[in-house]
Amino acid sequence: MTTISKIRYSRRSMLKTGGAALAATALPAPMIWGQESKNIVLRQFGTGVSNLNDVANKVKEDLGFTLEMTALDSDSVTQRAATQPGSFDIADIEYWICKKVWPTGNLQAMDVSRIARYDQIVGIFKDGKLRDDSVIAQGTAPHTVGFVPEPGATTFADEPTNWMTLIPTIYNADTLGIRPDLIGRPIRNWSELLNPEFAGKASILDISSIGIMDMAMVCESMGEIQYADKGNMTRDEIDRTIAIFTEAKRAGQFRAFWKSFDESVNLMASGEVVIQSMWSPAITAVKSRGIPCVYQPLEEGYRSWGGGIGLSSALSGMELDAAYEYINWYLDGWVGGYLMRQGYYSAVPATSKDHMSANEWGYWFEGKAATGPITSPGGDVLAQAGDVRDGGSFEARMGSVACWNAVMDENQYMVRKWNEFISA
Amino acid sequence: MTDHARISAPRRSLGPNVAGWLLVSPLALVLSAFLVLPVIMIVVVSFWGTTEFSIYPAFQFDNYAFLFGSEVTYRVFLNTFKYAVITWALTLGIGFTVAYFLAFHVRTQTWQIALFLLCTIPFLTSNIIRMISWIPFLGREGIANSALLSWGMIDAPLDWLLFSDFSVILAFVHLYTLFMVVPIFNTMMRIDRSLIEAANDAGASGWQTLAFVIVPLTKPGIMIGTIFVVTLVMGDFITVRFMSGSQSANVGRLISNDIALLQYPSASATAVVLLVVVLVVIGTLLRFVDIRREL
Repeated sequence: MTTISKIRYSRRSMLKTGGAALAATALPAPMIWGQESKNIVLRQFGTGVSNLNDVANKVKEDLGFTLEMTALDSDSVTQRAATQPGSFDIADIEYWICKKVWPTGNLQAMDVSRIARYDQIVGIFKDGKLRDDSVIAQGTAPHTVGFVPEPGATTFADEPTNWMTLIPTIYNADTLGIRPDLIGRPIRNWSELLNPEFAGKASILDISSIGIMDMAMVCESMGEIQYADKGNMTRDEIDRTIAIFTEAKRAGQFRAFWKSFDESVNLMASGEVVIQSMWSPAITAVKSRGIPCVYQPLEEGYRSWGGGIGLSSALSGMELDAAYEYINWYLDGWVGGYLMRQGYYSAVPATSKDHMSANEWGYWFEGKAATGPITSPGGDVLAQAGDVRDGGSFEARMGSVACWNAVMDENQYMVRKWNEFISA
Repeated sequence: MTDHARISAPRRSLGPNVAGWLLVSPLALVLSAFLVLPVIMIVVVSFWGTTEFSIYPAFQFDNYAFLFGSEVTYRVFLNTFKYAVITWALTLGIGFTVAYFLAFHVRTQTWQIALFLLCTIPFLTSNIIRMISWIPFLGREGIANSALLSWGMIDAPLDWLLFSDFSVILAFVHLYTLFMVVPIFNTMMRIDRSLIEAANDAGASGWQTLAFVIVPLTKPGIMIGTIFVVTLVMGDFITVRFMSGSQSANVGRLISNDIALLQYPSASATAVVLLVVVLVVIGTLLRFVDIRREL
């Protein structure tokens, strides 16, 4: 009993210092609620990126309730969010998945006035602009599906309202990964993926919704196709894009395709592949084996993605209050710091700063040279003093996003064409 | 008495019938619940329709129309047959030789059993692990390439060793040869040795004995091994995916891609076509040899 009450007190003090006072005052009897909260179980599911057991453990420690995490691949996540609303309380999904799932009515809009740090959330998720002069990228930009006009609405609002669909949690800018030691010259454009110089040494990911975007970046960079919107291609554009890659495949451009994170790491680390589509933590994994690997910034810009947490429409009462408390805690910085030390960005970078060392903050966010060794949350050394993050600062990376991960109107057609490409 | 006997006769023949039904029913129940029903379900779903998120009951031929209307289907089926035929030929060659050695060259039964068990040792580890362990071995900087390079046999690493049809078939042969060895060895052990002596006495050469005595008598074993290998290779998807680096496709991969994209009706239709094709292949094989006669 004593340990339980200790946890409760630490939760209460955390609430105060954490500044989530809004959530606390909104509760009729915080003390009673605090006692019962330890029995609350919130079921969260999502992609593996942010469904981390460390987060669930920290929630138990700080907030007292239990967060059950289920990690699935993005196709299964979409299906579950769309078809099994009763199976989850919190959906950790990407913004393009939100575009598909929101119209089903399985998620409920969030009251912005209950989000303590709403004002500090970066502009990308509100008006779409990182800076006032930013140009909004193609694809499913998060702000276009970030708000609804009123609770219960199934269409999205054009401007920020008091009702948010997802609270942004994690996002990043993706590009090509290269082995600088095996290439030996600067790489500046997406078109290099199909450069015959790398015949038999290139790879692309075999996940249609993301792979097609990487293909589009390459085709546009080659000057072969100009897309009206890479995130929403016409059938003709899909055909032409796949045709270019099928030809390259038959000519032996690709060593392999990868589907899982580990495969991409092994292909790169073994030297089978010297240039390929890659995700940020995969680069980190290759580097931590002592093998040089660069997340190469390219002139055409990045392919970006963002995820957020949404609330099931079935959530109400005490569980709903706990979910709001969880969201406010999420934005308070501990998770942000944890994720930023893996190379991702958090929605409220300012609070993450408090949970990172000055060296880490300078390296990961400001693009400064490291003043000492940089380690992953797991303890592996990722960079030495003097190293600079590939692509530089947050502003430089997120400021040159060319397109966002998206879901197309012609999605099913695209999937079939993708299957043909893999079988070609 | 005769009246009584006439009445009880049908009753007596009913007895063994009931016992027969009782004996067969556990297996029949298990098979119908876990094999027949799922197959029926797959056939039913193959006619259903699909949307982005869900499948809905219907009776439409869309899935089959798309399947047979796509050039990819034919190419993929051709590729599947190619893998099956090449793997079959190689496993048969190796399997027959190994079984022949075990059955006719190893004299004592103790050694036969010991060597036979030796053949099965690789099966103590997982199928997938045995397959994946080829990847670092065959890779560009793998053991095979570095050995060949250091012996001066090649100047540059051989790319076709890994992520190619070669590596796919190598893995298949490695994984499935034992399925050929076991049934062939089994039938060879049942061959009456006096037949071979008779062949010798009649002046047959070693090759003639092999071709006219041993091979015909081993046919049922060869056929059982063939059925194992052909069905395993035609139904596989994971070996093709890993060993070809996702670059080649067989029917199994077509199905697994569809499942990953939640296109269950389309996956079912492909599965039904594959099932029919495999059944036709096996039916044809069974016409050549009566395996029951020899079991």
